[in-house]
Amino acid sequence: MSTEIKKQKKMTLTIPADEPMACGHLACQGCGATLAMRYMLKALGQRTALCIPACCWAVIDGPYPYSSLDVPIYHCAFETAASTATGVKAGLEMVGDKETTVVAWAGDGGTFDIGLQALSGAAERNEDIIYVCYDNEAYMNTGIQRSSATPYGAWTTTTPVKHFKTRPKKDIVSIMAAHRIPYIATASVSHPEDFVKKMKKAKGIKGTRFFHVYAPCPTGWKSRPEDSIKLARMAVQNAYFPLFEVEDGENYAINLKLKDKKPVDDYLRLQGRFRHLTDVQIAAVQAEVDARWERLLKLAG
Amino acid sequence: MRPKKAKKVVFKSAAEMPLLICSVGHQTHNLTGAWRNIRPEVDRSKCIQCGICWKFCPEPAIEIVDEWPVVDYDYCKGCGICAEECPSKCIVMVEERK
Repeated sequence: MSTEIKKQKKMTLTIPADEPMACGHLACQGCGATLAMRYMLKALGQRTALCIPACCWAVIDGPYPYSSLDVPIYHCAFETAASTATGVKAGLEMVGDKETTVVAWAGDGGTFDIGLQALSGAAERNEDIIYVCYDNEAYMNTGIQRSSATPYGAWTTTTPVKHFKTRPKKDIVSIMAAHRIPYIATASVSHPEDFVKKMKKAKGIKGTRFFHVYAPCPTGWKSRPEDSIKLARMAVQNAYFPLFEVEDGENYAINLKLKDKKPVDDYLRLQGRFRHLTDVQIAAVQAEVDARWERLLKLAG
Repeated sequence: MRPKKAKKVVFKSAAEMPLLICSVGHQTHNLTGAWRNIRPEVDRSKCIQCGICWKFCPEPAIEIVDEWPVVDYDYCKGCGICAEECPSKCIVMVEERK
């Protein structure tokens, strides 16, 4: 078949072609966290060591001693992602290995709630690690419980429709910026080129580097699996999850400037977890998103 | 790079197992294609060879062979991201039949 149809052009791949993640892992259909891991390992290469606390990725990877990744993995306790990575880095330095990048890879529960004190400690000491938080906005691995990353209005099993979450999402990037660490970035699975570029930039910086990655979860968000990328892209385009980076806790730079900001309405309507929201409540979400965007524009100058 | 579609590595005792989880015991024996109830099919006459399906496949079950996207049906879970994101709509999801 391929011989019959003429090739139109030479294929150009926009992200690295090597594949450090293999097939056969245990993620749900349309998982965003899997894509985030794939892009990260494409950017960092094989000289990477991962520390994974209890999160979706502790399951996706496969049962011991099988693994779907080409890099060594250390499964640690829920609250210790950052401190374990610190220890691994110190151990590697003891044996004279200065090339290996140590990555702590935690979900939003392990970053926003449970792992926050270990992360804060590591950031304060400015340990030479990359901390990646892939944010699917609830404890998805244990059955969709509310976390402090869950946004306003979302349904979860612990915030049912009658008593949905009324508090906004915790602003983790501002918390990390207050630690004055050298590099903080947000990334989305819908923009892999931007993701890989930032990850390569972070690899060259010494000190604690923090990534906040938006990873849609069709199971927990009650959305269709084919909409994962679309949802992530919409979240970037309507400033629900803007792409920006912070250097030394002060210099904010917006990577994707939005000329016409889209309304959040379409984004919320695609997800079953926001189905119960009335027009007044959606207007409240829009007002909150607008206020956050204005604040970011002011910070970026 | 690990071999594609390798047999399951069996460890006879706990002493044989590696201390750290690494690519020694890989996960490719787990054929996740059985999860699927719709399958993607690529129409090469409409394909513009952009590589977007490869870029967004979470498995990654889409490989670039000879500059064409080829779906590995042993592992494709049928999420439909490739069909949704394809700019020329050359990938269609077809119901799986036995």
